[in-house]
Amino acid sequence: MIRFENVGLRYDMGPEVLRDLSFEIRRQSFQFLTGPSGAGKTSLLRMLFLALRPTRGLITVLGRDVATLSRKDLPSIRRRIGVVFQDFRLLDHMTTYENVALPLRVRGKEEREYRQDVVDLIKWVGLGERLHALPVVLSGGEKQRAAIARALIDQPDVLLADEPTGNVDAPLARRLLRLFLELNRSGTAVVIATHDLGLMEQVDARRLILSEGRLEIYD
Amino acid sequence: MTDTAAITADVLSRARRIASRLKGERQTPIVPAGNVAGRAMATVIAIMTFLAALTVGAVSLVGDTAARWQNDISDEITIQVKPAEGLDMPQALETARQIALQTPGVQGASILDEAATGRLLEPWLGEGVDLSELPVPRLVIVSIDTEDPPNFAFMRTELKEAVPQADLDDHRAWVSRLVTMARTVVFIGVFVLSLVIVATTLTVIFATRGAMSGNRHIVEVLHFVGARSSFIAREFERHFLRLGLIGAAAGGLVAIALFAMLGSFTAANRQTPEADQISALFGSFTIGWTGYAGVLLLIATVATLTALTSRWTVMRHLAEIDMISPVEN
Repeated sequence: MIRFENVGLRYDMGPEVLRDLSFEIRRQSFQFLTGPSGAGKTSLLRMLFLALRPTRGLITVLGRDVATLSRKDLPSIRRRIGVVFQDFRLLDHMTTYENVALPLRVRGKEEREYRQDVVDLIKWVGLGERLHALPVVLSGGEKQRAAIARALIDQPDVLLADEPTGNVDAPLARRLLRLFLELNRSGTAVVIATHDLGLMEQVDARRLILSEGRLEIYD
Repeated sequence: MTDTAAITADVLSRARRIASRLKGERQTPIVPAGNVAGRAMATVIAIMTFLAALTVGAVSLVGDTAARWQNDISDEITIQVKPAEGLDMPQALETARQIALQTPGVQGASILDEAATGRLLEPWLGEGVDLSELPVPRLVIVSIDTEDPPNFAFMRTELKEAVPQADLDDHRAWVSRLVTMARTVVFIGVFVLSLVIVATTLTVIFATRGAMSGNRHIVEVLHFVGARSSFIAREFERHFLRLGLIGAAAGGLVAIALFAMLGSFTAANRQTPEADQISALFGSFTIGWTGYAGVLLLIATVATLTALTSRWTVMRHLAEIDMISPVEN
């Protein structure tokens, strides 16, 4: 579904921060992306959701070579990739319901068509009681779950999550992990960028380990 | 998705949104309705529009007044008949009047009678002077067609032949001075207006960009949840058009109210010496339709400029975050 071949990335004229990355995110797969801080996890995630162009190599996303994509093509591809940001990026003036429904709203769908789906998903992530709460009154874990629900609402082919358990305690982290596993079982490929070893030990999943700009893969 | 399909989907989604709005279904706007930066921007826009509208009004007033000065003077010329030994003044005046009337381009001619001449000379000679006893020049007022003026040189020769004491004053020296002055005043006004418009444009652009900087995160979120650039730009454009319109309309309407107040004040106080002085310069101090139309045009322009600046800022921001090449960064 997403394929990297000999991908390299450098900022300006600096040294390569990512070197010779070759891997594939397969359909319905589950993997952790890990490595020490500053290893380039966020840069790699940004390339995965088309926010950053590589300096060399080939990236194919959903069968399209990203080097040949025009800006007009990007939204339709992005709609098939769900992203959970480390800092949640919820809109503060919108309720949980409105934040989660946002991807459907920007696609021009009618609210009555999706209202029940959004409510069901919010309940599924355990925020049924916080449907009409603004982000400012949500806890870190609740914001995280709202951000996850927003990434999932349009049933993406792949979900990318950047440190999704970085702001939550261990029990909630386990609960979020179960959520991702359940999502994966329903057919979505999942990439979780984390340096939480405890989280990774709970699941026997593929690990992509970034170290000094290179990637090692443990299937 | 092809362009046609994208456009069709866009049109359908707009139609659906309009239909839900008509049904009274309300959603929280994607761009928050009001924040401090937005209010500050609307205030700055209101102030700059007010100043620009005042300038538009002032230039319109000066332009109209200058045109009136020019017309009032240039549609009249005078024939002056100087007294001389043995000259039959009434006969000479009538001859001059007849010559004037026979000249093509002259619309009318009248002799300034003794009473009127006396009133003219009253400040120097005092009241109750018998002009027939004094060697005072007399005037024939000739009104001319400004579109097709008479041949002054021919008229002057004709007059000299018939009445050697007659002089034709076509006011050309005065008119040319007044025209030069009026043109200078209008030129200065237009120059000041240009400066104010440039300042307003820059202020509106910077105020809009300042207000937009507080919304960058919204642009990014919309972008990464798959919104098309046109959708994001439209949301911001609509929001900023509304803000710009509120600010510009407030500034422009206050300026219009001020013109109306000044107009009615001078009209109401026409009999006072101060108002007489103002009227002597500016007539009734009313801004013509061009002034009001100019202010309305200014309001529309400022609001449009605000919306376009927000659109341009969104597009530029999207281009920055869209597939940024680290090499180009």
